[in-house]
Amino acid sequence: MIQYLHVRPLPADLHHWRDKIEALAREHGLDFYDVFFEVLSYDKLNEVAAYGGFPTRYPHWRWGMQYEQLSKSYTYGLSKIYELVINTDPCVAYLLETNEMVDQKLVMAHVFGHADFFKHNFWFSRTNRKMLDQMANHAARVRRYQDQFGQTRVEEFIDVCLSLENLIDLHRPFRPEVKHEVPRPKTDLPDELIGDGQRVARLEAKEYMDEYVNTPEYIARQRHKAQEEAKKAAKHPAQPERDVLLFLMENAPLTRWQRNVISIIRDEAYYFAPQAMTKIMNEGWASYWHTKLMTRHILDDSEVIDYADRHSGTTVMHRGRINPYKIGLELFRHIEQRWNKGQYGLEWERCDDMAARANWDTGAGKGMEKIFEVRRHHNDVTFLDEFLTPEFCAEQKLFTFEHNPKANEWRIASRQFQEIKQKLLFQLTNMGQPLIEVEDANHDNKGELLLTHRHEGVDLEMSYAHATLRNLFALWKRPTHIATRRGDKGLMVSFDGEQVKERVYKL
Amino acid sequence: MSRIKQDHSRFRDIVRGKVRRNLKSYISNGELIGKQGKDRVSIPLPQIELPRFKFSAQDGGGVGQGQGEPGDSLGQGDGQPGEGQGEAGEGEGEKALEVDITLDELAQILGEELQLPHIEPKGSKQVVSERDKYTGIRPVGPNSLRHFKRTFRNALKRSIAIGEYDAKNPVVVPIKEDMRYRAWTTIKSPQANALVIYMMDVSGSMGDEQKEIVRIESFWINTWLKSQYQGIETRYIIHDATAKEVDEHTFFHTRESGGTMISSAYKLAARIIEEEYTASEWNIYPFHFSDGDNWSVDDTATCIEILRERLVPVSNQFSYGQVESPYGSGQFIKDLRQHFDTVSAESPLVVSEIKNKDAIVGSIKEFLGAGR
Repeated sequence: MIQYLHVRPLPADLHHWRDKIEALAREHGLDFYDVFFEVLSYDKLNEVAAYGGFPTRYPHWRWGMQYEQLSKSYTYGLSKIYELVINTDPCVAYLLETNEMVDQKLVMAHVFGHADFFKHNFWFSRTNRKMLDQMANHAARVRRYQDQFGQTRVEEFIDVCLSLENLIDLHRPFRPEVKHEVPRPKTDLPDELIGDGQRVARLEAKEYMDEYVNTPEYIARQRHKAQEEAKKAAKHPAQPERDVLLFLMENAPLTRWQRNVISIIRDEAYYFAPQAMTKIMNEGWASYWHTKLMTRHILDDSEVIDYADRHSGTTVMHRGRINPYKIGLELFRHIEQRWNKGQYGLEWERCDDMAARANWDTGAGKGMEKIFEVRRHHNDVTFLDEFLTPEFCAEQKLFTFEHNPKANEWRIASRQFQEIKQKLLFQLTNMGQPLIEVEDANHDNKGELLLTHRHEGVDLEMSYAHATLRNLFALWKRPTHIATRRGDKGLMVSFDGEQVKERVYKL
Repeated sequence: MSRIKQDHSRFRDIVRGKVRRNLKSYISNGELIGKQGKDRVSIPLPQIELPRFKFSAQDGGGVGQGQGEPGDSLGQGDGQPGEGQGEAGEGEGEKALEVDITLDELAQILGEELQLPHIEPKGSKQVVSERDKYTGIRPVGPNSLRHFKRTFRNALKRSIAIGEYDAKNPVVVPIKEDMRYRAWTTIKSPQANALVIYMMDVSGSMGDEQKEIVRIESFWINTWLKSQYQGIETRYIIHDATAKEVDEHTFFHTRESGGTMISSAYKLAARIIEEEYTASEWNIYPFHFSDGDNWSVDDTATCIEILRERLVPVSNQFSYGQVESPYGSGQFIKDLRQHFDTVSAESPLVVSEIKNKDAIVGSIKEFLGAGR
């Protein structure tokens, strides 16, 4: 099944609890692919975690970097990994050998929550569940290229790709493949209107003279000319393309192995994207289920205090950022409570009597049903857009903060619901990455590449943009540009192969 | 070698600048000292961040959770607040990781990383001083050392486990088995004292960058020596054509101009030692940093004489660090090499060239590697 993992059987006590917790999870309606638990030493766990949960990845220094950070953090006692689970069929999850029994139970309950989410959340529906094999194939392919073309050369190319890794189109996996169909004649339209849909200019002539003035040869010549013109004028890409990696793969002057490397990076970026898109929901869902299962069924009396200690550790609030475990968990509970009490629908929306709202309870009891539905359809953006309420923000003490350049300090900006919501949604939209599209592959009619940044209020970090344009040049091999904004002015940043230039213009 | 070890050594090679020098500008480990609190420092772990199109950080702000009114401060600085202690996990794209540790631990890490030998102090070795340090928890001890929180926790656990706990009347009475006390270990160390004299050339040719190098290097030397000795005294001398003793702040922030007479500093150092310290009781470490430009050949001859007669014999080790400056001739280190044995491991005079910030680590090893 999973050949390279050599899954060892779990020790008897863990095995006992594993089965018990799985049965409990299923009883509560969770549904998942088989889950394999593997017990690892901390060193091995750090290794697997550095590889993003997979036993093997293509050779690259950044895994080494992550490994160093994880092992140093562990050695200095700063952090240790509690749970690690990957979205595959079967699911693979790891347990740290030295954890206490109560930790292992907590992790297992949490993991079954994730496993259910992976299987049922819409945004995961297009991910490759055989990613273990795929990653191993990627690794083998990159190793082969390194043997063939040199480690440094391949690694340098991977670095260039990684610097564009965030330029993918999160919605692409869900769009039906666009087929470029050749339009077929449907009726007896005049010949010149068929095919390219371009109207060919006819010379004016009386009806009976037409076939002599507008001879078939003449029409054919005219049509050919029009087609040529149209081809020149046609922009490539016809629509702005958000999947920049794909566009480069198809259009940049690259060799075969380079195209393959881009496709590997792109593949993995698409595989990991749903996890970033549902971080709050996914952790919230898993935390919801571990608290429910642990406190109602699993814990024995002597473990309560240790459990409470661990649980509060994962759901602690931070002043400088939001904790996805905490917000996700609380929001699922909030939804469950609202639907249990019937706090939804037109009447609820229209009611502005605070007292009535506070005591609203129709006994609808639809909470459990609702949260299962929510976990199926939403991602973090829609989750918060739909279910964040002023009551929830106040309860959770949310605020927005901003930087005050004069004092060079961060301060609390507002506790207004609208502002909090807007800021949260902005942070989560497109996984917090700027929206960037390929606008024109023949910019200025010189074969130069133009990207556009869809500016939505926040400027790009310029030093990074410069360096990224250089990397883009390395692939495109012609000058590269990005059109963005600086404040309320337009800004065109260009790299011509030698230096970066910035040009500000009025919008 | 396992795969992760291969990736890791590749990463180390890049950080050390052995391969892929084009990545150098993306490596963030520039400062060896990060933020420095009372007796904790945070050192950033080396990290390579590949460039991407991303939002400029300070425009953004974000959403946080907790107490406070609009307008309340969340902390100073350029980075987003609350960064650093992020839990490791998806790791990707997260900000520089910083490690918060005590100076003691830092010295230990430094020792391990550079494989520094422990110093064999001279002087009153037989006098052993004892120091107690709380290191753990144990179930017996005097009541004055009772660890209230741990004790309560155990009592609470026990009362829940045996079903005695009543949520309506949450009285928890600890019994003997619940008690936890702070435990200490006694650290014995020879009562040896060390004197560190830092001398720096502040003539016009020593720019800010050169001083920054001296500042970082002396911080690390101090950290290490502190971990090796009970008491450590530090004296600072700056010199151009004349020398004077200053405090630490002045030492790192003065900029003088004019000529350089190194002998003036050596004379002052020698006088301080002779008048205020007994060479047989103290472990003495003079450090001198300069760009290697001395006024005259005669003065260099005087320096050599002072070193030979008055400084080197009383010191555990005399260290000379030469920073590179665009103006200096860098002659002095050559003179020292000519007159002293600076190569052999037993030599009490050690010289080191520090070309740039990256060379600091190597230079520290050269200075402290002998274990004197």
